[in-house]
Amino acid sequence: MSKETKQTVQTTGHAWDGDLQEFNNPLPTWWLWGFYATVVFAIIYWVLYPTFPIGRSYSKGLFNNVTYTTSDGRTVTTHWNTRALLMQDLEHAREMQKPYLDKIKKASFAEIAKDQDMRAFAYSKAKVLFADNCAACHQAGGAGVIGLYPNLADDSWLWGGSHEQIETTIREGRHGNMPSFKGRFSDAQVADLASYVLSLSKQQGVNPASALRGKTLFEGQAGCFACHTKAGTGNIALGSANLTDQIWTIANVPAQHTIEGKQAAIEHVILHGVSRRMPTWKGRLSDTEIKMLAFYIHGLSGGE
Amino acid sequence: MKHEKIETNAGLLIIFTLIVISIGGLVEIVPLYFIDSTVEKVTVAGKDTIHPYTPLQLRGRDIYMREGCYLCHSQMIRPFRDEALRYGHYSLAAESKFDHPFQWGSKRTGPDLARVGHKYSNQWHVQHLTAPRSVVPESIMPNFPWLIKNELTYKDIEDRMKALKDVGVPYSITEKEYQANVKRFGKKIAEQLDINHAEQNLLAEETKNNYDGIPGKVTEMDALVAYLQVLGTMVDFKQFEEDHFVKFR
Repeated sequence: MSKETKQTVQTTGHAWDGDLQEFNNPLPTWWLWGFYATVVFAIIYWVLYPTFPIGRSYSKGLFNNVTYTTSDGRTVTTHWNTRALLMQDLEHAREMQKPYLDKIKKASFAEIAKDQDMRAFAYSKAKVLFADNCAACHQAGGAGVIGLYPNLADDSWLWGGSHEQIETTIREGRHGNMPSFKGRFSDAQVADLASYVLSLSKQQGVNPASALRGKTLFEGQAGCFACHTKAGTGNIALGSANLTDQIWTIANVPAQHTIEGKQAAIEHVILHGVSRRMPTWKGRLSDTEIKMLAFYIHGLSGGE
Repeated sequence: MKHEKIETNAGLLIIFTLIVISIGGLVEIVPLYFIDSTVEKVTVAGKDTIHPYTPLQLRGRDIYMREGCYLCHSQMIRPFRDEALRYGHYSLAAESKFDHPFQWGSKRTGPDLARVGHKYSNQWHVQHLTAPRSVVPESIMPNFPWLIKNELTYKDIEDRMKALKDVGVPYSITEKEYQANVKRFGKKIAEQLDINHAEQNLLAEETKNNYDGIPGKVTEMDALVAYLQVLGTMVDFKQFEEDHFVKFR
């Protein structure tokens, strides 16, 4: 410590351990003015924005001029608050999107597909909607999870793959149900049924005698035909799977490399049944949003 | 009091420091208890639509906290357009008035869960909680495979409800409290809030909904999915004009 400092700087007068002293420097001028500036800022803020509690309410501030129009056409002016600002923000977005949405609402799916503007708008809106609402189950690209959630990007549609059918599926939801056949057939009969189901999609290595016995069961006593039809092509009114194509939604046949593995996958479904529910979206999404989603989902595979 | 006295007495310094720094919090928080519109009134046909959790949902909430879900998931949708589009209507203060402690959170490693209820099927939740990446490949959420294996302990459900009752949640013990709940929430909800029937209500709800897909077994999965499925569903916003809740701010 230099001699000059000792002479010019005051100390607080406190001394610890005999000679440990504390300087008493003034605050730097820039800091002090900064502090005064925040005080002034606070006072201005108190006046302009909602701040002070008054009784069971509070001061609403001078910005008493947030005006918004609701979607049913009421115009409201209120004091500054984030909920009103949100209404304003939503109104702004609604106005920007309205021309497109009006057009899409009235248009047929074919017209949307033909019109570049509508198509681009529907795709970009639906892409976001799909990510928020559909991708959790059906995956980002719509490929689904075999055994759990149907693949939307292939050519097989349990409930129909036209624009309108997809639209209904989203709006109303679906409940697919295959009962469990445990205890109703002998092990040999279940194996025969599995052989026949595999033969329908022309899998290699199926025991023809077993498949023939399975066919009799399938079309008769077992009653499989009631939902899957005698030809095994399924029924979109019931959401029953088409067994004649090589696309699998429940039994993971493609993952099995041996005929025994494929048999086992089918037998598991016959024994345990399937119950899958797709929720309804009509309360969550508007009709036009559902329409755009149907358009988008149809486009994932090209539909039917 | 001399400055030196405070500076040389650590205990006194701590006390005065605490007083000074609490002023900032107190002036912001205390008035909220007295302002009428802080917690919105949400009634449909004269009944409060926001009610305390049923016994099964309550156990689910306990598991939600035990597993630390709040560390990655918030339950607070803010009034911004992007959040409104992704998650739905902004959260109301009233929607967490029976939460002790509330689960607003401040960290969103995963998505907000304030309105996750009824968004996915029970089956999806079971699959997703057991093995998140089997349904969301890009997910970084940990697996919770024990939820479906662990049987739910619910013998202490009455004590849990009583503890919440002590901090002001309207669960009922006496006939008078039950009748007050009938008046406030309707008979169906009031029955669920009756501590005397907590255990049988919990089992009945599990049997009826079978959230985990395993009949006849009450697992922790049942409770957690029951809880997730009720989140954000107590207020039917269709019953209100879209700007109804603006006037509370």
